[in-house]
Amino acid sequence: MLIFLLRRLFQACVVMAVISIISFIIQDSLGDPVRQMVGQSVSPAKIEEIRQVQGFNDSKFDQYSRYVTGVLKGDFGTSYFYKEPALDVILKKLPATFELAFSAILIIVLVSIPCGIFAAIRPKNILARFLMFSSTIGLSVPIFIVGIFLLYTFSIELQWTPSFGRGDTTLVLGVWETGFLSLDGLSHLILPSLSLAIALLPMFVRLIRSEMLEVLHSEYVKYAWAKGLSPARIYFVHAFKNTMLPIITIGGIQVGTLVAYTILTETIFQWPGMGSLFLDAVNRVDSPLISAYLMVVGAIFVISNTLVDLIYGYINPTVRLASHGL
Amino acid sequence: MKYSVKELSLPISKQRWKHIWNGFLSDKLAVLSLMIFIFYCVVALAAPLIAPFDPYDPQFMDLMNSEIAPYWISGDERFLLGTDAQGRDLLSTILYGTRLSLSIGLLAVVIQASLGICIGLTAGYVGGRLDNFFMRCADIQLSFSTMMIAIVFLAIFQTLFGSEYYQQLAMIMIILVIGLAEWPLFARTIRASVLAEKQKEYVDAARIMGIGPMRIMFKHILPNTMSPLLVIFTIQIANAIVAEAALSFLGLGMPISEPSLGSLISIGFSYIFSGAWWICIIPSATLILLILVMNLLGDWLRDHLNPKIYKD
Repeated sequence: MLIFLLRRLFQACVVMAVISIISFIIQDSLGDPVRQMVGQSVSPAKIEEIRQVQGFNDSKFDQYSRYVTGVLKGDFGTSYFYKEPALDVILKKLPATFELAFSAILIIVLVSIPCGIFAAIRPKNILARFLMFSSTIGLSVPIFIVGIFLLYTFSIELQWTPSFGRGDTTLVLGVWETGFLSLDGLSHLILPSLSLAIALLPMFVRLIRSEMLEVLHSEYVKYAWAKGLSPARIYFVHAFKNTMLPIITIGGIQVGTLVAYTILTETIFQWPGMGSLFLDAVNRVDSPLISAYLMVVGAIFVISNTLVDLIYGYINPTVRLASHGL
Repeated sequence: MKYSVKELSLPISKQRWKHIWNGFLSDKLAVLSLMIFIFYCVVALAAPLIAPFDPYDPQFMDLMNSEIAPYWISGDERFLLGTDAQGRDLLSTILYGTRLSLSIGLLAVVIQASLGICIGLTAGYVGGRLDNFFMRCADIQLSFSTMMIAIVFLAIFQTLFGSEYYQQLAMIMIILVIGLAEWPLFARTIRASVLAEKQKEYVDAARIMGIGPMRIMFKHILPNTMSPLLVIFTIQIANAIVAEAALSFLGLGMPISEPSLGSLISIGFSYIFSGAWWICIIPSATLILLILVMNLLGDWLRDHLNPKIYKD
């Protein structure tokens, strides 16, 4: 287990290093930081002096190592647009995106597991067939069209829900702005989280169904039937446990898709989260903010992937064998 | 001793394809999807011939014609599906957009497939450290989602080049990014089949005859790994089209002057609040139908060729 853990951590470090190099290149090649500092009316000699003092003429390697030490101390540079430390700007937007993703995951878990299991237990049932058919259609509808459709029907035509923004937020523990605690915040949350969930649901329903079908045909389930265990125990304890193994891995991979989808959802519903912040930063060529976003999202990726692998290793002991790991 | 080709080649594979084709014809949904898909392809190919207007020609952009509803609402016979906010005929833009979306999807998948096939074949056939290295790369690449990689890289390119210059390059960049990001799926599938094929006698026989590894890989093993490839190919084109549409929707893809289906939807989205729903809804429906048909075809192929696709 220890070797597995170490290997996994090593891989995480390599990936983070690659991301940091990319972020550094962005920071380095987009815009001229000296120009940002001094403005237009400064002599070339003076600019050269500032470049020398600030270390912009050092070798790229020195600059990179300085960047990494800064990042490790939590210094990602100052956003050109907000005139604040880039990390603070991003962390201020983090709760919005996190709550959006969290509610979407909640909906996915609550809907896909029962649906998937049902479709596997009763494959011939009319409801199960309907589920599978609608999941095929669902797979074919891109997320932004789901969002537009929901927005058009429920906000514009029916006017049930607000169409943009986060609504009222309350400050919890002094740092976390939450929309969960007010009715207005929740009503703003419904559509964005629903469209995120709908976009990912079909895949999970199909996945759970096919895994469950495979498990139900395996020998140990037949043995459980032969032992005379109750159907509920077989389905939900014996079969379900093994169904979840591949789901966990795929769920971990989907974290990346989820982040990408939040960018799309946040654009459609003008949700003030990290995704729309990133697109704004791209349009404003705010390179410290762009690279800080990359580092934060990269870290989220790597941490979640490592966690998923560790959980997987914990549940499935064969992975822990050193030959099988990494 | 000489054998004529006819005596030597066993008709098994031909018969198998014929069998599959007969099964295909008896499945109405599959036939319908194939017909719709062929219709899309024909329309996309013939867009310059059948489109009533040329949407790239500024001459036909008349602001007086902007936001005219489709024929069955407005009764304007010139524009069957209405016009967009710049006065372009929506039918023509959709025809050209479909053409763009399909060709971007196809080209991107061709890149994915050639990269994936080369890497997968080499990794599977050579094995050892090379195999290990490529598969680790595939693991890492798969743990990032394609959409995320594409968004980040296109955003970076856009800021590096400036949006004006970027718009000229947009199509190539999209094809390259989507093409380069998704090779692991092909590579893994091919590698798995190669590992199975490598054990068989015909590979040993070929090696003993002194045939070089390149020829064995591409001429002997590759044809035997075709059926899983076909399935991935169909599904990946659909995925690539969706990815392109999403990128264009975010403004990182095709420019407004040369809209793909995604950028059309994106333009339409800004007018949806003003009641001009058709600019957004009609391209969306076109896109959804295209993707649905391709997914159905892919599903059918997967069920009937019954290959194993290795994603994890």
